[in-house]
Parts: sequence; C-alpha cells; structure tokens
Amino acid sequence: MTKSPVPIRFKDTQIELAHGSGGKASRRLVEGLIAPILGNPSLDDAALLSLGGASLALTADSFVVKPLRFPGGSIGELAVNGTVNDLAVSGARPIALLSTLILEAGLSAQVLQAELQAIGQAARRAGVQVVGGDTKVVEHGKADGLFISTSGIGLVDARVNLAASSVRPGDKVLLSGPIGDHGITILLARGELDLEASLKSDTRSVWPFVEALIETVAPGLRWMRDPTRGGVATALNELAREAQLALRLYEEHIPVRDEVRGACEILGLDPLHIANEGQFIAIVGPEYAEAALEAVRRVAGGQEARLIGEVVETPAGVVYTVSSYGSSRVVDMLVGDPLPRIC
Amino acid sequence: MKYVDEFRDPKLIEKAAEEIRRLADPKRHYRIMEVCGGHTHSIYRFGLQDLLPENLELVHGPGCPVCVLPMGRVDDGLKLAQDPQITLTAFGDMMRVPGQMGTPLEMKAKGADIRMVYSPLDALKLAQKNPERQVVFFAIGFETTAPSTALTLKRARQMGIPNFSVFCNHVTIIPAMRAILDSPDMRLDGFVGPGHVSTVIGCRPYEFVAREYGRPVVVSGFEPLDLLQSLLMLLRQINQGQARVENQYERVVPWEGNPAALAALAEVFELRPYFEWRGLGFISQSALKLRPEYAPWDAEARFEVAGVRVTDPKAAQCGEVLKGVLKPPQCKLFGKECTPEKPVGALMVSSEGACAAYYNYVHCAELVSGD
Repeated sequence: MTKSPVPIRFKDTQIELAHGSGGKASRRLVEGLIAPILGNPSLDDAALLSLGGASLALTADSFVVKPLRFPGGSIGELAVNGTVNDLAVSGARPIALLSTLILEAGLSAQVLQAELQAIGQAARRAGVQVVGGDTKVVEHGKADGLFISTSGIGLVDARVNLAASSVRPGDKVLLSGPIGDHGITILLARGELDLEASLKSDTRSVWPFVEALIETVAPGLRWMRDPTRGGVATALNELAREAQLALRLYEEHIPVRDEVRGACEILGLDPLHIANEGQFIAIVGPEYAEAALEAVRRVAGGQEARLIGEVVETPAGVVYTVSSYGSSRVVDMLVGDPLPRIC
Repeated sequence: MKYVDEFRDPKLIEKAAEEIRRLADPKRHYRIMEVCGGHTHSIYRFGLQDLLPENLELVHGPGCPVCVLPMGRVDDGLKLAQDPQITLTAFGDMMRVPGQMGTPLEMKAKGADIRMVYSPLDALKLAQKNPERQVVFFAIGFETTAPSTALTLKRARQMGIPNFSVFCNHVTIIPAMRAILDSPDMRLDGFVGPGHVSTVIGCRPYEFVAREYGRPVVVSGFEPLDLLQSLLMLLRQINQGQARVENQYERVVPWEGNPAALAALAEVFELRPYFEWRGLGFISQSALKLRPEYAPWDAEARFEVAGVRVTDPKAAQCGEVLKGVLKPPQCKLFGKECTPEKPVGALMVSSEGACAAYYNYVHCAELVSGD
C-alpha cells in the first residue's frame, strides 16, 4: 500500500481529553497526525489483510473506563466485546484476542481476579479465545486501577463487501436497538449527578446479529459500524462525509429508552451523541431492508431493531433528522467531550 | 415520557403553528425577542422556525450566562487558577469559554487545578474533603442559578468552612431587558419571557415592559408547544394593540416567584453599582456581589483579582448577535474561524448561545430544505 505522502495537518499544541472523545478532535488527531506519519489513512474499525487466500480483519482497542464496574458490565467485559464488535462490523467472524493489562500498583487482587473472570466469560460468550497478551504495572496514581488493551483477529466472510463507497441513495439505515444505554449508565454510575435510573450498559457481542445478516442479506449489506464513543451521530457523519451523501433519520423511529431520554433532557445531551457498546448500524440496499430487519429481530436481543432512516443525495456530507411534525435539524459529530471517559 | 411527550404532540404542534400563520397579519412584520438562551436552544433544536410565517422574526436575546460574561472576567478566573493553592471549580458550560490565556480546559490540560462541578454544593464538598486546598467556585448565571450559590454560601458560613469562596459573576435579567429596550437600534414588538428565571423572580418584575414601553411579555416554557402557545398569546396581544404580562408557564412559574429563593438571594447578595456585559457594555445595578458579612467567602475580597478589561477579538461580532442586531451567520467569523470546536466567542460555546444553537441545528437547513 504505497500512497503519496499526506501532509501533517494537526495544529493543536497539546493533547486534551477531547482528542479521545471519538468526535471531531479525535478525527483531527487520527487524520492529521497519526495517519500521515504511519502511512495508513484508514479510519475503519479494523484493518483488512489478505494472507494466503484468506481475508483477515485485525483490530485493537483500549479501555480506560471509570468506574471499572457498572450496572450491566465491567471493563473486562467491555474489552472483549468492544474488540469483537470492531471485527463483527467489518464483516469478520471473531477468532482470537490478545489482551494487555496495565495495572496500577495498589489495585486489589480481588478486583483483578473479577475482571479476568469477566474477560473469560465474555470471550466464551462471544466465541473467541484469548490467546495471549502482556501485563505491566505502573506506579500508584498513574492509572485508574486498570487499563486494558485488546487486539483481535477475525476471518472476513467472503460474501460481504463493506465500504462507504458502495453506499447508494435510497439505501436504508438499520439500527440494532435502543441507543445511549451505555453512556448514560456510566455517567450515572459515577454518582456525581444525583440522578438515578434503572439502566444498564448494553455491552454485548453484536456478531450473532451480523452473522444473521450475512446469512440472509449478504449482497445487500453496504456498510456497518458500532456507534461507540461519539454515538450514532458521529458514526453516521463519518459515513456521510466519506460517501459524500446525506443521511435522513426519522426522529420518532430512533429507539431510545425513557430513562435515557429523561437523563438527556435533564443534562442537555443528545442521545445520538451518547456511546453504545452493544449496538450496530447497518446500511442495507432498499430491497433487502425488511429482510435485514427481520433477520436481526429473530436473534435474541434484537427485537428492538428499527429502520431509522435512509441515504439521500443531498446535502452531501450531512446527517439530519426529521421530526414527526415536519421540522428538520442537522446532527453534527460530537464536539468536545461533555462526558467523562466512558469506555 | 410524562411532561415531555404531551408538549411535543405533532398534531397539536401543527394546529398551533397553523393558528399562528392565520393570526400573523401579512401586511406587517413582527419582531419578537426570546430573552432566554434556553428558548433559543429549543427553537433551533425543535426546528420551530420551519413552522413559523416569514413575517414573524425571532430575535435572540442576551439570556445566556456564559455568553454575556466579558472576557476579562474569564481571565480573572483563570488567573485565580494559576495560584498553586487554588482549586477552581466551574460548571461544564464554562470549561470551553476562551479567555485571553485560553479556555479553562486548556489551562487544566497544562496542569492548573480546574474541575467541573454540577452544583456549587459539590464545590463546597470538595473544599471539605481537601482542607489544604483553597476551593473557589466560579459562579455564573442569572436568577436561575444564583439561589443555589446563595444557599451554598449560607451553608459555608454556618459550617464555618474557611477554604471555600465564590468568584461571583451572577447577573440579573431585568436591567439587561431595560438596556435592550432603551437601545436605539432595537425595534421589538414583544418578548417571550424567560422560564427558569421566572420560577425565581415571578412575573411581576416584567410589568415595566408593558407599562413603560408598551410591549407585551409572555413567560414561556421550553417545549415546542409551550413556545408556540406563547407566540400565539403575543400575536393576539400585538394584533389587538395590548401590552400585558402573561404567564404561559403556569405549571412551573408562580406569579410571585419563589419567596424562599428570593429571601436567600437578598440575605447573601447585594447589587453591584455596575457590571460589564459582553455586547451590552456597562449596565448599572445589573449584577450581584456578596454582602460584607460574606466577605470571608468572597474570592474577590480574599484573593487578588486583577479586574482587567479585555476587548473582544475585533472581527467577532458577539455583541451585535447578543443584542439581536445580527443573526449568527451574519457574523464574519461564523462557521469559519469560529465553530463550536474552536470558539472565538462565548456564543459559540454554550448550548444556549445563539451561535452554537444555530451552528449545531440549522446552518445547513437551507441545504436540507432544498433536498
């Protein structure tokens, strides 16, 4: 992959939390500094490699969530599912993971044991093996107890060809279930807001859903993404910009639990910007849309999937929502980081 | 969701919008100011302008706390944070407001001890937990947030907490409305009165607008139907040549306000002789400071606060936008040098700022409707 050198366009003088928020600043860092220096301008969730006739997907993800445990999951479970999902939305069956632990001196052994068990259980549930990794310990005060980095490898299904460039006007946007559960759960679990709600993180492997889609509508699958940091809005904005098309979403079709809506109303947040750890978006050809929706709904945990919108030609590069009373608003990428670290 | 869905009912919204279009006299042009930034945000977020007739113009008012704070006060706060013994606490809104030295977030990334809190009481708790630190709360906001600062100060005094203080930038809405009414380039037909501020001060303080300036005021809620109903009430008054104060937001706003909150304000604060507002200049008796009995908790009395006046970046036209003279996209920097990510002026920072609301929700609307 020899490409002409890309100039370094990163002008920020220092790294701030926003550069890790998954929104605009993150994109600037990756596109403006990392990609030009390391020579691969890909922003996709996983890199695709051809090796001896097999097509492999390779990905890495790090987890620095605080608190380590939260309703519905923990950092260990996230570390498995997050990497598994990056592979899944690349159309790859997850095969194996490497797991690197960065431990802070003073971390309770019990906590570590619980997280290792969480990693093991999540890996079994997702059908992947943890085949290796590394462990480092840093001084007390240099890490929030435990950071985990996982790398994953998966086998790309030969029946799919996912790319922003294959997305066409008229294609439908499929969302696997209600959004914002993870981000709001973490925010509330920190206990800083004096808000309570019976919510839990949606962390799970999305491979079973993706597998069902591949089995039923593989030729109609155009593009997939798991909307983690920056939420659905950021994932779809990246698609709109890359494909130079627009995405029109119907506000009343976007599934959001009342607890998440309520918290977002109170805190002034947009559910479309909130992180998810167990959902994915698929762009599917219009003639496959209903079959795709049914396929996802047939898998346990997929009953709340919805078709939330469609791809249109203009305004190119823009995501917008239409309300039930006919007004429209542009939905931009997440800017800055109103939330503390959540994954 | 209760108290939300019924105020976003598509059928009722369509009906209210239709009634507004019917009532708006095509021979005249209506200019109505929504004073409160929360309303500006709602109008853009719900796309209400799509539903209104062209001759009903909404003018965005000065009711956005971080927007009206002059840059000099931001710098004063940041200078405090440079003192190694001080922990500066502020609401999330403040964290990306640029001063001359940068934003609080940038200062924090460089190592200053600046923390985001959700309530002044959290800042007080921080002081109790860290007795070796001086915890300063950067207080901003209108009568909406001032009572919680007042209660926190009362508690700090009762408990005798020595390492907590407030850098007070609270302002009051009435003098700002008067300044706008007195401004020669302002031709307004009526006001959508602030909702949250009015839960504290009630509706009576707006009576001078009707009495002295002959303009109607309707205190409004924040949901789409609230705002449309308020606009309807204003149109009816304007068409009939009336000028009264009406309360659309009765489910939350008592006519006389909240006496307990008002008493707390009166006990802790007194009026400053004058205070600088971004865009509006110095307005007399428009801001609060701590009473002398609270001097031990007054950051301005305890620490050196430079009080430098800083003029806004020349090219930015925040002042004109704040006064409603310019619409956000008419500013030369809008969407170019000044974006929510790299804001030049505070109106691009706060979600209540007219520029950020406009940028986030509608600056591509023309393109969308052309689709």
